[in-house]
Amino acid sequence: MPIKSYLAHPIAGRKEELMTALVTLGQCEVIPAENQNILALVTDTQNEKEDEILKEKIEALSSLKLLALVSGFNTSQ
Amino acid sequence: MYDSVTNRRSFIKKMAMLSAITAAASMFPGIVFAREQEKGIPENAKLDWKKGPCRFCGVGCGILVGTENGKAVAVKGDPNSAVNKGLLCVKGYHQIMCIQSKDRLETALVKKNGKYVETPLSEALDLVASKMKESISQNGKDSVAMYTSGQSTIPEGYIASKFMKGAIGTNNLDCNARLCMASAVTGFLTSFGADEPMGCYEDIDHADYFVTWGNNMAEMHPVLFSRMLEQKTKRGAKIIDFATRTTRSSTASDRSILFEPQTDLAVANAICYEIIKNGWVNKSFVEKHCSFSKGLTNIGYGLEDKFKFTDKPEKIDFESYKEFLKDYSPEKVSKYSKVSVKDIKYLAAIYGDPNKKVVSYWCMGMNQHTRGTWMNNLVYNIHLLTGKISQPGNGPFSLTGQPSACGTAREVGTFTHKLPHGLVVNKKDREMAAKIWKVPVERIPSKPTYHATEMFRAVDRGDINFIWVQATNPLVSLPKTSRYRPAMEKKSCFVVVSDVFPTPTTDVADVILPAAWHIEKGGLYGNSERRTQYWQKMVDAPGDATPDTWMFIEVARRMGFEGLFPYSKENHVEEIYYEYRQFHEGAEHSMAPLEVLKKESGVIWPYVNGKSTQWRYNAKYDPACSNDEDFHFYGKPDGRAVIWQRPFEDAPEKPNQEYPFWLNTGRVVEHWHTGSMTRRIPVLHQAMPNAYVEFHPDDAKALGIRNGENIKVSSRRGSCTLPASINERGLPTKGQVFVPFFDENMLINDVTLDSFCPISKEPDYKKCAVKVERA
Ligand code: SF4
Repeated sequence: MPIKSYLAHPIAGRKEELMTALVTLGQCEVIPAENQNILALVTDTQNEKEDEILKEKIEALSSLKLLALVSGFNTSQ
Repeated sequence: MYDSVTNRRSFIKKMAMLSAITAAASMFPGIVFAREQEKGIPENAKLDWKKGPCRFCGVGCGILVGTENGKAVAVKGDPNSAVNKGLLCVKGYHQIMCIQSKDRLETALVKKNGKYVETPLSEALDLVASKMKESISQNGKDSVAMYTSGQSTIPEGYIASKFMKGAIGTNNLDCNARLCMASAVTGFLTSFGADEPMGCYEDIDHADYFVTWGNNMAEMHPVLFSRMLEQKTKRGAKIIDFATRTTRSSTASDRSILFEPQTDLAVANAICYEIIKNGWVNKSFVEKHCSFSKGLTNIGYGLEDKFKFTDKPEKIDFESYKEFLKDYSPEKVSKYSKVSVKDIKYLAAIYGDPNKKVVSYWCMGMNQHTRGTWMNNLVYNIHLLTGKISQPGNGPFSLTGQPSACGTAREVGTFTHKLPHGLVVNKKDREMAAKIWKVPVERIPSKPTYHATEMFRAVDRGDINFIWVQATNPLVSLPKTSRYRPAMEKKSCFVVVSDVFPTPTTDVADVILPAAWHIEKGGLYGNSERRTQYWQKMVDAPGDATPDTWMFIEVARRMGFEGLFPYSKENHVEEIYYEYRQFHEGAEHSMAPLEVLKKESGVIWPYVNGKSTQWRYNAKYDPACSNDEDFHFYGKPDGRAVIWQRPFEDAPEKPNQEYPFWLNTGRVVEHWHTGSMTRRIPVLHQAMPNAYVEFHPDDAKALGIRNGENIKVSSRRGSCTLPASINERGLPTKGQVFVPFFDENMLINDVTLDSFCPISKEPDYKKCAVKVERA
């Protein structure tokens, strides 16, 4: 049951759009920085397969410039 | 703050989020995630939010702590605080996590036969009082000492001063602010006759230029830096970073100018030379409001025990000052400062442009300097010559490191030479203290004794037989700990340490007293902009942990001074503040009444007729001005600020063939000082788990050193082994290495030199000579 955290860099001027898109995808918790063009993102999925699919979906978002992995946890609970 | 998060999975999610936020903080200086603070709070939580100042730094951000069932479960930035307007940095946000640390000191520990034995607090306090009395009766009052902190609250500092100076009658009281702010104090006193900055943080909203002098604000004052970045984006304000190392502040600035260590003295003089040469002097301001002086030169470095120095100021005129500056033309200074003539002229033109508002910021780079007082004077010179001072957006501003370096160390005066108002050498000030404290005036000695470094030298010599260390960790933070650790281990001195966690300093204590942490007691702090902030106790301290103020009072009472300390346990913070406030009556320093402090998120002093004075010495804002002019530097008897003739003088120890590198030490954004709190906050510890030695890539290449390789850094005093860091957090200039001092497992202060500014007695942690080799 992977939990991963990322820094998501939106394309300039599309921070809000990226945030909405991530929240709409589900399995994502997003916190935007107040004063920088960046979002902190945590994904929470049931298994590796789901995690992979979600990551692909995120990377396909047009408002995303760069996704940088920060930490990954795998928990059984 | 995770007490209310019951399941492990949501805890892990929170940890994951914190990792992301911490990573972002180390990538983007001053980044703020205000909304994050609300996350993780259960929706049905009925939190009680209480206001207070942040525990960690001199910026003094306002925090709101959410408590639930007697436990602190959340922290957020206080939107009502003019300092941070709801924002917090990573340290601020995570602060309360440290109180959950498993190795919290909860009971008093007394060393018996080499082992610590848990002891009831009252018994431990009996022992402390009897040891203090014994030392006084055997060896006199000056055989006992107290070493406190810029993290002590105002009541703690006040009671320490009253206890040592008013009750016992010794000036053996000094504090760790000597290690970080003393040069700022002597700089203010020599130039203006009154301590602390004239402006306030609102200057940020008005300035066109911010010049940071050896000050990595992105890591050390992140919320202020974030406010500066906001003005850069919003109004096109410019940040100029003048430093000896490329840092996160440099990369976020508009221009980074690097100089050779110690030559900031010469560059500041060169800026003044250019200002005069180009006719940029604000003549009417200087004629009406300034005088010129010079002091002694070749003043030494304090390297020997019992070093003494007294300056002999002498009035000079503008013409002789101008003549003196001839040695500091940009062309001459450029040769040894390694700052280009163009850059010196660029800096001078910023200050010289009458249409641009400029704020200069500095902290340890200028203060921890063997000519720290001079360096402070020189930056004041620039602002005085151009009249850019005491106005919104124009002014020199020395930032503090610790949350109450101003409020406690400087205002209460927990230095050997100070009283809550004025100096021990002044009869009037002693009389005032004696009257308020209700003690005979003869009891307060008129001569200062030991400043911090000399205090620990006295312990080593056996001249101090009892020392009480409170809220600080000198065996990590003093320079040349290689001498002072064995000194504190000597049998000749009984060591008492009150702290929240075990540290290398508690390791040498005879008695360890468990202290209540920040929000487990009430108190007041005073930040860099003269803002006094009050908070009430928010949660109970664990076990026997007790507020330091109360432990001081208990020991004083046990020593027979009950009458001088009549405060009640429940209400002592308020009672002490009422008493203390009397020291600062009058328009020059009046402090807000407690009722106002209870309502507001901090109040700037002087607080006169229900209003804060934001810009001192400017008649438009400051009711203490009384000379019928637009400015009045009332700290000086003639009402004039002093422009000081101060030369460049070399550092006491410079790189040579045997020790070819400069060693510079400092801090990182993740850790507060010696790390005793922040290293117990998992997310901060994970983000920066250990210290390192930073190299310039060219030096690393020449020495064949790879990233992460263990390197032994040695000086004439000691050595320390750390992993190499190349092109990571910061970039020292060629010929320099940098080491952060937060890591008690890698004690870089075993290597540093205990030289100090002869006027302020503040040590220089930024410059000594070292060699490096593979460990
Ligand atoms: S900038 Fe300083 S006062 Fe503000 S939150 Fe960070 S550590 Fe606390």
